[in-house]
Amino acid sequence: MRVTTERDRCVGSGQCALLSPEVFDQDDHGLVVVLREEPADDLRAGVLQAADLCPSRSIRVDS
Amino acid sequence: MTQSADAAPDAGAPLPQFPMRRTCPFSEPREYAAMRADNPVSRAALKVNGKPTWLVTRHEDVRQVLGDGRVSSNLKLPGYPHQFHIPEEMLAQIRPMLLSMDPPEHTAQRRMLIREFTARRVKEMRPRIQEIVDERVDAMLATGGPVDLVTALALPVPSLVICELLGVPYEDHAQFEEWSAAMMNHELSPAEYGAAVQALDAYLDKLVTLKEDEPGDDLISRFLEKNRSEQVADHVDVVTMARLMLVGGHETTANMIALGVLALLQHPEQLAELQEDPALLPGAIEELLRVFSISDSGTARVALEDIEVGDITIRAGEGILALNNAANHDESVFPDPATLDIHRKEARSHLAFGYGIHQCIGANLARVELEAVYGTLLRRIPGLRLAADPDELRFKDDAMVYGVYELPVTW
Ligand code: SF4
Repeated sequence: MRVTTERDRCVGSGQCALLSPEVFDQDDHGLVVVLREEPADDLRAGVLQAADLCPSRSIRVDS
Repeated sequence: MTQSADAAPDAGAPLPQFPMRRTCPFSEPREYAAMRADNPVSRAALKVNGKPTWLVTRHEDVRQVLGDGRVSSNLKLPGYPHQFHIPEEMLAQIRPMLLSMDPPEHTAQRRMLIREFTARRVKEMRPRIQEIVDERVDAMLATGGPVDLVTALALPVPSLVICELLGVPYEDHAQFEEWSAAMMNHELSPAEYGAAVQALDAYLDKLVTLKEDEPGDDLISRFLEKNRSEQVADHVDVVTMARLMLVGGHETTANMIALGVLALLQHPEQLAELQEDPALLPGAIEELLRVFSISDSGTARVALEDIEVGDITIRAGEGILALNNAANHDESVFPDPATLDIHRKEARSHLAFGYGIHQCIGANLARVELEAVYGTLLRRIPGLRLAADPDELRFKDDAMVYGVYELPVTW
């Protein structure tokens, strides 16, 4: 699984950091940062949920 | 009712009117389910002026519309589906605020604010929020009951929290709570609405001026400071932003607190489960947010181009209301949607905070406040019960944000 984000779309809602804190955080500007680009499989459910619920569709997951 | 000719393209049949009333506070207006089934993107006439608008009711479609860059939030565009009667002159004077801005202005202003609401920042506010809740609960217990939970707890907690965050003196809360409640009322005359906005703006104008000279440790001051280099806002923009934060920050959460407590008291088995296992609380909060969807008509848009939604083409210039309450009761996403189920695993997919670039910036702050309030009540007042006949409660059918006017409780 590979996680990428489009930071220029991010609206800083923090859904991702809340749903999958192992993989996402927000920087000092409130924008998404990816902590692990290739997270382990046990984090998959959280990552997929974050991608689905991200209101600006900034998160991409390639399997 | 006045209805323009183009409001009824299929001649004869009058359009349904919007808003529609909820018959049960725990559910959506009855008409929504029928629309979702037969006519998920359909026409309605706005009660306030008879103008036609599109109603979008399915979860998937609501997400699509709110995530679409080809729709605008600009309330000055001709097709915008207003919920209030706003005279032309007044509309011309309205300063755009975050909610009614499109990119790139929206992006620039929102980016000035999101750092204040990151998951981490909000977590850091938790202890102070808990303190505020405990103080209010102490005061409530000291009265011996019964009390009105709205005035004793639901309103003061978010009001205190947002005041501290913004740097607004809480001593003035009675005033701005009144203005803010007035601004949410559908049934107010334009003059009364305008007066409330003006009064609040005059108040905040003074406050912002003060902070321009003497900054404090608060969101408004930090915004002003950052704005010195970024220049995305002028003085009036800051006042407008402060109004949005102040009103948005307490009215919504206050209503959600009171309604949530009511719902839990009406579902004693689920309440008991939460008392047993507070770890269930975050999930329960998502479910309560879903069920009530208190700000159902806050997602008005105008199409900038022709867009396809479901089987329908919405034309450029037409108004759209993406109904999150309808989306949140979509049975294809939330089976048996009218039933409150704190274990519902898909509850988090609700759109109660909206969706897309305008999704509520304070969503995570609201979650922390709700958790603190519900958690504290469950722990500290396990014997809490309603002190009124549930049938006699008055609900805010006339407001932009749904709620209950009073919630008498005792223990
Ligand atoms: S959920 Fe999406 S919009 Fe929100 S912070 Fe994460 S990437 Fe940004």
